[in-house]
Amino acid sequence: MNIAALREHLCATYPDLCPLFSIEFGDGVLSVDPDRLLEAAGNLKDLGFDRLSVVTAVDRPTHFELVYRLYARPMSAAVFIKCNVDRENPRVHSLAGLWPAALWQERETFDMFGIIFEGHPDLRRILLPDDWEGYPLRKDYQDETLIRRPDYI
Amino acid sequence: MALIDRLGETLDKGQGSGIILSTVDSLLDWARGKSLWAMPMGTACCAMELIAASFNKFDFDRHGTFPRPDPRHTDVMIVAGTITKKMAPAVKQLYEQMADPKWVIAMGNCAVSGGIFYYDTYSVVRGVDEFLPVDVYIAGCPPRPESLQDAVFRLRERIATESIAPDRRREAVLTLPGSADISFGVRPGDHGADEQGGAR
Repeated sequence: MNIAALREHLCATYPDLCPLFSIEFGDGVLSVDPDRLLEAAGNLKDLGFDRLSVVTAVDRPTHFELVYRLYARPMSAAVFIKCNVDRENPRVHSLAGLWPAALWQERETFDMFGIIFEGHPDLRRILLPDDWEGYPLRKDYQDETLIRRPDYI
Repeated sequence: MALIDRLGETLDKGQGSGIILSTVDSLLDWARGKSLWAMPMGTACCAMELIAASFNKFDFDRHGTFPRPDPRHTDVMIVAGTITKKMAPAVKQLYEQMADPKWVIAMGNCAVSGGIFYYDTYSVVRGVDEFLPVDVYIAGCPPRPESLQDAVFRLRERIATESIAPDRRREAVLTLPGSADISFGVRPGDHGADEQGGAR
């Protein structure tokens, strides 16, 4: 299913999601607010997106941008959900109830960016040691052992 | 070269007597150096070269180096790959499980210094020598099996110079109840006194 057909299908089924849908670099992107994330994700699952491929985040200067990639095997279609969360208090509802694949991926996003997924049954570090301090994929991460690459290299 | 290395020649000269005279050190060094069973601590791409080294094309078994998956069977730990801060305690534990005498080869840039992960990385240990006593370093990203072969030969040269004597002399301190320590041989830190001709 191509992007245009997906947009048509989405707008016909959920008209309120239609204005949030855009096309970035040839991929369908649904930009939602944190408080509408769970509802929008549920709608997409009902639409046929039965697979959650990726959960990750991007550290923007003013906010964290959560990125979810969904795939619909019956339709052979993919869509991204992007959700901007506050940098000071990054909280968003977990999608683990919809796709169990989110369990570990949200733990990794928590591990690297410190984003709290509310309702996650077991939100703790997954890659780093349990006693690690800080969230290393944040741009402002610092620790005493980190050596920055000099400019001349 | 130790006498034991000229075994055939010596036996010929001995005219079939079957008696060899050697020192314990040279006998032990000969035995240890030629049967270096390896603990393959492969964690990254260097492990591919380590695996290639033990298969038919390079055949490390012909040098007496043979990978064993059990630290208690092995003499030399070959750290082949990036060691993260989370992995380091496990590597240390495996090293501690190896029986003495034991040696360590740091294979590849990551095991030597952190390699490409030296800068801007929060998770990588900058060289296994931060927590293990490394005997031989191999540079390369990754090094070829020939380099590993060379490292084993160099380690063998190093082992050939080792002696069990210093350890024994360090331990030979007998304590009798109610008396001063009676020392046999040299105790650690006493070398200066001996050289100055102090009465012992």
